[in-house]
Amino acid sequence: MTKRIVILGGGTGGTLTANRLHRHFRHHNSEHQPVEIIVVDQDDHHVYQPGLLFVPFGLAQQSEIVRPRHEQLNRDIEFVQDLIGHVDIHADTVHLVGGRELPYDVLVVATGAILAFDETEGLTGPGWNESVFTFYDLPGATALAAALDKFDGGKLVVNVVDMPIKCPVAPLEFCFLADWYFTERGIRDRTEITYATPLDGAFTKPVASAALGSLLEEKQINLVTEFNTGAVEVNAEGLGGKLVGYDGREVPFDLAVVVPMHSGAAFVGRSEGLGDDLNFVPTNKSSLQANAKPNVFALGDATNVPTSKAGSVTHFEGEVLVENIIRYLDHRELDSTYDGHANCFIETGFGKALLIDFNYETEPLSGHFPAAVGMPLLKESRMNHLGKLMFQWVYWHALLQGRDIPGIGADMPTRGKEVPTPDTSTGTTQGAT
Amino acid sequence: MTTTTYAGAPVELDDEGFFIDPNAWTPAMAEEMAKADGIDTLTEPHWTVLNFMRKEYFEKGTGPTVRVLGKTSGVSVKDLYLLFPKGPAKMAARIAGIHKPKGCI
Repeated sequence: MTKRIVILGGGTGGTLTANRLHRHFRHHNSEHQPVEIIVVDQDDHHVYQPGLLFVPFGLAQQSEIVRPRHEQLNRDIEFVQDLIGHVDIHADTVHLVGGRELPYDVLVVATGAILAFDETEGLTGPGWNESVFTFYDLPGATALAAALDKFDGGKLVVNVVDMPIKCPVAPLEFCFLADWYFTERGIRDRTEITYATPLDGAFTKPVASAALGSLLEEKQINLVTEFNTGAVEVNAEGLGGKLVGYDGREVPFDLAVVVPMHSGAAFVGRSEGLGDDLNFVPTNKSSLQANAKPNVFALGDATNVPTSKAGSVTHFEGEVLVENIIRYLDHRELDSTYDGHANCFIETGFGKALLIDFNYETEPLSGHFPAAVGMPLLKESRMNHLGKLMFQWVYWHALLQGRDIPGIGADMPTRGKEVPTPDTSTGTTQGAT
Repeated sequence: MTTTTYAGAPVELDDEGFFIDPNAWTPAMAEEMAKADGIDTLTEPHWTVLNFMRKEYFEKGTGPTVRVLGKTSGVSVKDLYLLFPKGPAKMAARIAGIHKPKGCI
């Protein structure tokens, strides 16, 4: 009898998982019963999310960063476009809003994270997309591009409401690019840039936090730490306003760029036993099997694993996840393990970028990647900037297709990293702090 | 790591003042720590939050974030900040004798 694998979500994780599984089972028919792969998504627009950072500055256009989801999948994979009603994990069935039921042998949850605008008072009230914006979705990034174009100096505030968020370095990159953008336009001297974060520094981990903190200082970007946004208040005229913290602190702005709270997909909350209080899927951080049931797996932004919500994480998780699904269907023990490997370029403006590489145990350190000779880590360089630009090609043509990318494997390389002495760094062993 | 004395008993704390062993905690210690943090008396709503944090910690291995506290403890985020002005998740976790809550990178 045919085994059916249902993958919820046709983004980075769902697409690369589907293509990897398809490639495996096409070549290993003799060992396995036939396998049918179905991918479900509510729309057919696959957004290259790293590109959203560039849209507000006119460096990327919508047409360049969106492609049809179904075209990224091998044609033997069925693509179903519908909203997910709920998953009945006891009956191993996905119920779609359109009425179709999809019984499965293995379920993969890859539905990412959604932006929970409603959880912050006043965020989408008066002034939304006029003086308060986000660049974390395409409509927001596009509206912000128009606003920045008209911006003639004043106070720009970039604010992260609460963790976790997708790509935790993106708000910092936005600050760095804004510094470059206003300099190019000749209005940097009358523009004040402020980064307000709930963290106690520029970043979570000590070595990277110090390096990124110095960069903010160098670029004269104000840093407001441990700021927990309680409300966004816009002036009566609708122009500018202030962020009000729960502790009473206020950060005034002419233009606010807010990264809203994130949650897991809404259907997770409607699926008994599948998610946590924020609709993320509790998942084993090594095997990527969900806690809900042995035949449920999850990857990417949809999970609660203690590492960054980022495409590189999803890519590395995909290798492990696919191996473990194959093992599960073979009734073999799951023993492929994910080490929390993440790898991100951090755009710093003026044609340069940093690179960071880390996992559950090792924080982002300086040195070189992937070995002693390679791209510089935690240090600005043009090579890293070109790497970031080139990555979009790699994403569409290799990563989504589930092909291995030479030199960038699931396990984090340790060669080339400079491990700090204990007195320059604390707390490096926990996956998340 | 440092050793200090709360309610007459020696207690080991990490560099940020969180209990190394949550089982070494007693309610009397919480009263003393709260006073040192500027909370004169731990009222019933304070105890609702502290007890909830300890329950979550022992069930899930980590204390809840402010957002989860606001959604699940029955006390709103605004009120949480009134009760624990120095930041509910950290301050309440310390007074509740549990480890520092893990956020995410």
